[in-house]
Amino acid sequence: MRIHVSPNDGKPIYRQIVSQVKYLVAARRLRPGDELPPIRTLAEQLLINPNTVARAYRELEIAGMLTKRQGAGTYVADAGSPLADSERERILTERIDALLAEANQLDFPLERVIAFVRKRHADFTAPEEDNHDEQR
Amino acid sequence: MTSNANPQPSASPVAIDGLTRRFRRKTALDGVSLKVPRGFVYGLVGENGAGKTTLIKHLLGLLKPQAGSVQVFGLDPIAAPEQTLGRIGYLSENRDMPNWMRVRELMLYTKAFYPAWDDAYAEHLRATFDLDPGAKIRTLSRGQRAQAGLLAALGHRPDLLILDEPSSGLDPIVRRDILAAIIRTVADEGRTVLFSSHLLDEVERVADHVAMIHTGRLVMQGPLDDIKQGHLRVTLRFPEPQRTPPDLPGALFWEGAGTEWATVCNGQAAALKEAAAQRGAEVLEEATPSLEEIFIARAKAGPARVREA
Repeated sequence: MRIHVSPNDGKPIYRQIVSQVKYLVAARRLRPGDELPPIRTLAEQLLINPNTVARAYRELEIAGMLTKRQGAGTYVADAGSPLADSERERILTERIDALLAEANQLDFPLERVIAFVRKRHADFTAPEEDNHDEQR
Repeated sequence: MTSNANPQPSASPVAIDGLTRRFRRKTALDGVSLKVPRGFVYGLVGENGAGKTTLIKHLLGLLKPQAGSVQVFGLDPIAAPEQTLGRIGYLSENRDMPNWMRVRELMLYTKAFYPAWDDAYAEHLRATFDLDPGAKIRTLSRGQRAQAGLLAALGHRPDLLILDEPSSGLDPIVRRDILAAIIRTVADEGRTVLFSSHLLDEVERVADHVAMIHTGRLVMQGPLDDIKQGHLRVTLRFPEPQRTPPDLPGALFWEGAGTEWATVCNGQAAALKEAAAQRGAEVLEEATPSLEEIFIARAKAGPARVREA
């Protein structure tokens, strides 16, 4: 599990861990049933206070992303998908906001942006279908 | 005099009340009160010469309070040195150690002072730090000296680990060792760490509680999260260029020029934003400041403005 924290991020460190674990789950790099590193291990790896890691894990547990198994560590929850959905939406929203800001700056009306998105999507999906064919 | 024989097991590891200390004309500490809760990492921050080392010397019984009181585990460290020092592990910035000793001898020598010395743990630390038991202290590099000092400070598994600027002048790899030792110490149930540093990103990583000393005075203390949440960095754009930093309520310190100004403000962000809006300013960005930004803002704002927070 690759996590980076920085005190200068503008977000508390436990929040950085929470959002990165959510991201890893949303991106399917952490899957239901995967085990997370023990609190002490992650604390030593990131060189942060163990209480900070504990707090992040607790928040993720409350959010239903993680489950604790009695005396056996912390795992990605099976029921993580609906929350992962909202997290994926959130990630996409951030990108859309950036795109709209850029489009506005460059004086593109919304219709043209949407047309562009459609065109790019078409470009994207065409080769992907080819790949599927090759795999078959 | 082992740690079990403490008469007040529930007492705070450190309780300082109204501590004042002058050296000739210079006031090194001015009415400082703080309590270090058990089981936490307490970061003491401040510029060089702010009074951090003077405070720590009082905890070790090396200085007597001129006014106020100092208690370590509920005891006066000067009146009861054995009961207090026996439970403390200490590493100073200078890392004073007998240069003529070999690492092996340093371990035996230190062990003699502490009934609770744990040979297996000390040996584990020595191996982790990759220190040659036959090497003379004199021949060690700066980083190795720090590691040897840390080994001597941790070998008796102290209830309270005190580190005075432990990572100053060290390369990042040894700094990692020191931070990891702090983390490992506090991860052991109930152990407490007090460390001073001017490297604020380090403090921000490992501390639960922070106290900020500026020119001998405590300007701020509390849980790190509260301190962070009690401040906001706001970037504003004014309709007209401002020649001087804008005077808005709650702003501690301004940076900027022309129409764009950034401030770190205390808890009353709503009042600041309202006053900014009345002047036609637009909020460009809001973020939680780093501890370093808070520290600079507090230090520059001066104690007069800081008191009210």
